[in-house]
This record gives sequence, C-alpha cells and structure tokens, in this order.
Amino acid sequence: MIRSLLMPARLLVDFVAGVGQGALFFLRLCLLGLASLRRPRLVVDQVHFIGNYSLSIIMVSGLLVGFILGLQGYYTLRQFGSEDTVGLVVTLSLVRELGPIVTALLFAGRAGTSLTAEIGLMKAGEQLDAMEMMAVDPVERVLAPRFLAAVVSMPLLAALFSALGVLGGYLVGVELIGVDAGSFWSQMQAGVDWLDDVGNGVIKSIVFGFTVAFVALYVGYRAQPTPEGVARATTTTVVASSLAVLALDFVLTALMFGAY
Amino acid sequence: MLDCNLDSSDLDRDLLVLDHVRFAYRERKVLEDVSLRFGRGRIVALIGGSGSGKTTILRLIGGKLRPQHGRVVFDGQDVHRLDSAGLYALRRRIGMLYQFGALFTDLNVFENVAFPIREHTDLPKPLVRDLVLMKLEAVGLRGASRLRTSQLSGGMARRVALARAIALDPQLVMYDEPFTGLDPVSLATVSNLIRRLTDTLGCTSILVSHDIDESFAIADYVYLLAGGRIAAQGTPAQMRASDDPNVRQFLDGGVDGPIAFHYQARPIAEDLEVPR
Amino acid sequence: MKRLGVDLLVGLFVLLGFAALVFLALRAGNMSSALGLGQTFAVSAQFDNIGGLKPRAAVRSAGVVVGRVTSIGFDDQTYRAQVTMELDERYEFPKDTSAKILTSGLLGEQYIGLEPGGDVEMLAAGDSIQLTQSAVVLENLVGQFLYGRAAEGSRQ
Repeated sequence: MIRSLLMPARLLVDFVAGVGQGALFFLRLCLLGLASLRRPRLVVDQVHFIGNYSLSIIMVSGLLVGFILGLQGYYTLRQFGSEDTVGLVVTLSLVRELGPIVTALLFAGRAGTSLTAEIGLMKAGEQLDAMEMMAVDPVERVLAPRFLAAVVSMPLLAALFSALGVLGGYLVGVELIGVDAGSFWSQMQAGVDWLDDVGNGVIKSIVFGFTVAFVALYVGYRAQPTPEGVARATTTTVVASSLAVLALDFVLTALMFGAY
Repeated sequence: MLDCNLDSSDLDRDLLVLDHVRFAYRERKVLEDVSLRFGRGRIVALIGGSGSGKTTILRLIGGKLRPQHGRVVFDGQDVHRLDSAGLYALRRRIGMLYQFGALFTDLNVFENVAFPIREHTDLPKPLVRDLVLMKLEAVGLRGASRLRTSQLSGGMARRVALARAIALDPQLVMYDEPFTGLDPVSLATVSNLIRRLTDTLGCTSILVSHDIDESFAIADYVYLLAGGRIAAQGTPAQMRASDDPNVRQFLDGGVDGPIAFHYQARPIAEDLEVPR
Repeated sequence: MKRLGVDLLVGLFVLLGFAALVFLALRAGNMSSALGLGQTFAVSAQFDNIGGLKPRAAVRSAGVVVGRVTSIGFDDQTYRAQVTMELDERYEFPKDTSAKILTSGLLGEQYIGLEPGGDVEMLAAGDSIQLTQSAVVLENLVGQFLYGRAAEGSRQ
C-alpha cells in the first residue's frame, strides 16, 4: 500500500532530478562551449561538418518555400486586390517564423541526428571512456566544440533560408506571375522592420540553435551504448528538438510580437 | 600463498594495492572483500568467468567507480580521496588498452597516438612527431601512421591502441581482454609486446583475460576471481599445480564445476508442463 | 592543404550567412531608411489621442519621410500624450508647423504628418509643436456618424 503511494512521489522526484541534471549539463555545455574558443581548429572543423554540410538542404528548401509562399500568397491576396503586397507577406512570414522554424527542424533532422549518432557511437565504442581514462574530459574536448559550432551555424543558416525564400518569392511573384517589381520591393521595405522583424527572427534562430544543439548532444551522451540504443537516440533527438522548437516558438512569438 | 593482511610498509613497496574492497552495483554484489597487490615492474593476470568483476576492478583502479568499502591505493595515494585535479594527474600515469581498441574514429593512426601527448604536454611539433613514430615503431606499425582507423584490421587496431596507451610512458598499463578475437599470429605478437614493453618501460601491467595459455605465458602472478572473491592466487606454475576445484575447472576447461553450467531456474519438470 | 580547404569553406559559409542577414536587414527590411537620417534634432508634441502610433513610426511632410518618432509618453499634468521625434537637420520647419496623426492607407500604420505654417522663426532642438491633431479613432467616427444621423432624424 505504502509502496503504491510512494510510486508517484518517486516518479516526480526522478522527473525533477532529471530536469536538474539536464539543466546542469546545459550550463556546462555553454561554459565549455565558450572555452572552446581557445581551440579554434576544433570548432572550425565542426562548423564545417555541421554548417557547411547543411547548406545544400537549407538553401534549396529556402528557395522552394519562397516559391510556395509567393504562389500561395498571390492567390490569397488577389481576393482582396492586394496582390502587390505579396513581397511583404512572403518576407514577413519567412523572417518572423518560417525561416527560424523550418531551418531548425531541418537542422534537427540533418545535423542533430548526425551529432547524436556520432556521440552515441563514440560512447558505444568506449572512445569517451578511453578519453576520460587519458585524463581528458570528453564533454570539453568532443561535445563543447560541437555545441558552439551548432549555435553559431543555426542563425547563419536561418538567414540564408529566409534570404533565398525572399528570392524565391520574387522569382515566382514578379518573374513568373507578373506582380510589379517596384511594388514588390517597396511594400516589403515599408512593412518589414529590421529590428522588430528581422532582429527577432535572428534571436529566435539563436534560441533554436541552443535548443537543437543541446538536445542532440545530451541525448547522444546518454544513449545506451548499443546499436538499438543509438538508433533510438537519433529518433529521440528529432522528436524532442522539433517539439521543443515549436513550443519555444510559441513562447517567443507571444513575447516578441504580442506586445502590440 | 601471500598474506593479505597489509601494513603500511607493504603499501609502499607495491605500486598498486586494493585493500578489502567491496563493490555492489545497485543491488547486485560484484566484489566482496577483495584484496590485491600489484608489484612494480610485474605483469599480473586477473582471470575469471564473465561477470566475475575483472573489468570492475579496472574501473575502480581508474577512479571511475567508487567502492562501498575498502581502499584503492596507487603509489601511496588513496585514489578515491583525490580531488578532480589529483585524479586527472593520476590518470596521466595510467595507460589503458580497451578490448576493441577504442581508437578515436575521427582521427588517423598518427593523431590517435599523438592525442595524449598533445593534450598533456607542450612539446614542439617535431618532438611530438618523433615520439609518436617511436611508439608506433615499438608496436611495429610505424609505416601505418597515415592510415585511417577504418582501414585497420582488429589486430592492428589493438596495436595502435597499445601505442597510444604507452604514449606518455605510464607507470601502470591495464589490458582489458587483449587477446580476444585475434588470430594466432596477432596473439603471439600482442603477447610478446606486452612482455617486452613491461620490461623496457619498467611499468606494472594488469592483464584481464580469459585466455589461460597466453596470459600464463607472460604473467608473473595470477589472481583467479569467482563469486566476487579471489578464489585462488599464485604464480602460473603454482596455479597449474593447484587442486583447488575453482582453479581446476578454469584451467581444464570444465563445463560444470564451481561455475555452474545452468543459469538459476526452476526444476525442468515444472517448466515443461509435462502432464503428470 | 586539407586544412586550408576546410578553413576556406567555413569562412565562405560564415560570409554567406552574414551577407544574407545584411540583405534581409537592408533590402528586405527598412534598416536603411530607419537609420539613414544623418544628423537630427529633437522636437516634441502633445496629442489628445495618439491612436495606434508606435515608436519608430515615420514623420512625413508632403509624403516624404523627414524624421522618426523616438518615444511616446504620458504627461500627467496636462493628461495628454507626449511624443518626442527626431527630425532630419537638413530640413527646417517653421515654429507654427502643425502635426497630425494620419493613417497610411485605410487600415495601415499610423504616422505623423507635418504641415508647415508661416512663421519666420524655425523650430529648434527641444522646441514643442503647439498645433496638433489627434488620431482619428474609428469608434468615435462611427459614434459621430450615428449621432449625426440621429440628430438629423429628430430635426425632421
């Protein structure tokens, strides 16, 4: 009887302890990530693996999303006779929301899973253990540079996504459909604020970068050192970071754009 | 038979001493009152069945696990009383060879062996290069320095890992199942290397293994672990001559003996649902 | 060799990312007009109702952007809104210039429109614009309309 009463308490305690553990790990990654600046070689290599290798998917997706927004935006706005604001609509959608979010989701799928798998496999192959036995902290040497690289890469990728999206919107709206180029750009310039819209979008992508990087590395670090364990861990990374990004986006949007 | 009641003078003579160590993982008792001594310059073999606690002992020595009772004393220092700086200093004097090498897959052979040197010393590049090549030469793989880890066979990987383990000339080298899964030629090579390196470096070597013939060929002293305790100990010759049932089962390869064949289960009649 | 290749690619990536950011801020966004005012001087004005006017809203005269709203506050002595704005130094406005809160388009953003007066003396830094017209609040407009119709009906 007592045992069944204690069970939920035990679960709660375990949950809170787990949250605490995660939070401490996050702090450790942030501090050590900053310290990795002392070894720029490691960080640059990781930016290459994480950022450069994601370039193709991000840029192509950005362009395609721009095409879609341009098309969909035009059809919808035409009903109100405001089709020359399509540039504004495309840009605001991208810069405020779609750029940061879609980039984060794609990033989680491409770079996040590869990070988790890499760390998980290193754990399975006793490499992290060996490093510790050689008196080198694996979190400092292996995880932190990857964390910093991911945090740096995300905002850059999101900016590229949005920029290409705007270009995509232009190609569809102006070149394909025939919206006036002048209106396209001027309406956009008048309505998109560099601080409120672009700036907030950048802040979002930075926050998402922290989120995806943390989830990917934490899940990989705690994975079961078996093939199934690593496979499960990569799935967890995608699911958890995607949900976290969307939830955080709601909070951030409310904070940033709800003030008015 | 050596006496396991230790006093402080004994602790100074040996490089490493485990004194009445008890360790349990969750509820499972792994080690019960284990006392071991590892003399300087000696090769000591730890043999025993799977799950007898051999790898646990290695982890206790390296400070990765904490015993519930007893002490691990390395060169006069209690390993588990050290702060993290002390622990890291200690680990620099220990080299470890993992069962499958545990080489860093994102580095090539040269970089793997150079890793501990680069992390712990400030030596200039040419000196590091020479050191790495010398260590690779000692294991016979100097020509392979540019290869990637994926291009190595099992035996070669283990030899590179050995070169990495001795990169900083450690006082203690621990070998976790170094002979498992090797062909006879590689076996002889590794076995030979362990003996030669211990002699030339003057380090202490702990050999955890199932392979009786290879370990006995090079070990100076043997501990047999069973049921979380030291079932028997002695020089290889003493062990071969012993009539302790534990020793006999292990050495003679008996299927059933003190280490039971059957995992704990109900009587077979109950399990098979045989009609009465 | 290989080192140089990686460094080069990473550098390219970082530069591309920043270029995208700059593009978004300048070409897609309004950073150039928001910051490109050069030297400015501050004037203030009080309104009965600012409607939906926001900081960094444009100040226009004859439709051309001549300044930006910097801050909006409340004066609890006069119980009116206190608006501070920065005007481009290149243009001089007479002291009796009037400021109206206008809406761009029908439902667009609100901005301040300046109509120059005829005074010989010009506005200087720290001056206050006396003639102001508040924003048109839709509800009041509807109320006026209904009231007007009701008055007309009762007169008949």
